[in-house]
Amino acid sequence: MTEGMTGEGAAVPAFNRGFRLRHDPVRQAWVVLAPERLFLLDEPAVEVLKLVDGARTVPDIVDSLAVKFDAPRETIAADVAAMLQDLVVKGAIRL
Amino acid sequence: MNALLPVPPGPAIEPPLALLAELTHRCPLQCPYCANPLEMERAANELDTAAWLRVLDEAAALGVLQVHFSGGEPTARKDLLELVRRAAAGGLYSNLITSGVTLDPAALAALAEAGLDHVQLSFQDADATQADRIGGYRRGHTRKLEVARQIRDAGLPLTANFVVHRQNLERLPEMLALGEEIGASRIEIAHVQYYGWALVNRAALMPSRAQLERANEAVAEARERLRGRITIDYVVPDYYAARPKACMGGWARRIINITPAGLALPCHAAETLPGFQWPSVRAASLGAIWQDDPGFNRYRGTSWMPEPCRSCDQREVDWGGCRCQALAMTGDAGATDPACALSPHHFMMADAVADADTVAEGPAPALVYRRIRTAALVR
Ligand code: SF4
Ligand code: SF4
Repeated sequence: MTEGMTGEGAAVPAFNRGFRLRHDPVRQAWVVLAPERLFLLDEPAVEVLKLVDGARTVPDIVDSLAVKFDAPRETIAADVAAMLQDLVVKGAIRL
Repeated sequence: MNALLPVPPGPAIEPPLALLAELTHRCPLQCPYCANPLEMERAANELDTAAWLRVLDEAAALGVLQVHFSGGEPTARKDLLELVRRAAAGGLYSNLITSGVTLDPAALAALAEAGLDHVQLSFQDADATQADRIGGYRRGHTRKLEVARQIRDAGLPLTANFVVHRQNLERLPEMLALGEEIGASRIEIAHVQYYGWALVNRAALMPSRAQLERANEAVAEARERLRGRITIDYVVPDYYAARPKACMGGWARRIINITPAGLALPCHAAETLPGFQWPSVRAASLGAIWQDDPGFNRYRGTSWMPEPCRSCDQREVDWGGCRCQALAMTGDAGATDPACALSPHHFMMADAVADADTVAEGPAPALVYRRIRTAALVR
């Protein structure tokens, strides 16, 4: 597997084609739309995915979140890595 | 850590998540397991463009997030581009479910440009000769292979869909390999569901238990190998399962289906149920139909359920299974789906499986093909 699978390094996460993050005003929730499926997101996932734009690196994302939530960088980094890994396995994003 | 939560069950009437827009029953192929009703709608009865545009707008406002343009063959509609564009304008995720044989690079580029999100291309087999025999369309398979490449070239993500049954299940490993080869990001292996055309052909199509076990192994192996690269969706067929599937995610819970003539249904086979007057989108809004139509409310939730479902802890998981299958096998659409081992009718499934095992080694019965003119004959 690629080096980016560990979550850090200079990997740039991006949505795979066919996966789209969208706010649903009717349910007042963020969802990822995908072929034949749809995922509701928990709040941390929304925060991470809003920063997945195909340009920011994983460390960029961790930095932003560490500032935004005033939390230790290592904690955020571990969470982000685990979450991105999960999303890679589900096919939603690539690193 | 699980970033993607499955959609949780919620209170009473939640808005639908998906619209299945059956634009037409016209199709150049003639699959003998087609899910379309035996009596197909002719072009003259189809909803016009303005009506579909209104349906798409109403769907988006109601809370629908995804629209599946299907058929028949949806590309037979001249206004497909316009419909895709409108879906995109409403933020709907659009999926084109197609046999592919009518597509070309120009059409695909236009669809991508209009905002189409995804294409699901159906294959009848991995072997060209067999595929063309099942689809009843010469050189169809070769054509599909070209179209798969053109879909990828147009920048559209691709699902390869294989409908499997007794006559092609042996080639499941080749199908998975084919999906990989053509660059599909998702492979869907769908066992034939036995109602409509497929029930007529059940004896010719139902796999044996031994075949099924080999298929399950092939899928497990491929899932492991393709993990993180290709999603494989595969469900063990009802006849061999101990619990039914949550049909359509539960009756009138997730999906609203519109037929070519504009009838709204909670499931694409609901027209086989007797005693219902399905509402038309020509006469009522999608929202009003979803909330108030008696047919939609008939099997919604759990209060309609008989035993053993009523007191079962699975009742909000599988919602009692499929109403159409309950009707087709027990004569009562309100019965527990006989696919459930707790159903008093489950033996009927077991009998069909035993039959499939006995006939498995013999020659397959002849197929009845889906054609508008054979419809009168099978009735
Ligand atoms: S008894 Fe009904 S609710 Fe329980 S598993 Fe069977 S079909 Fe599902
Ligand atoms: S009720 Fe049955 S036939 Fe109808 S969609 Fe559900 S599973 Fe399918």
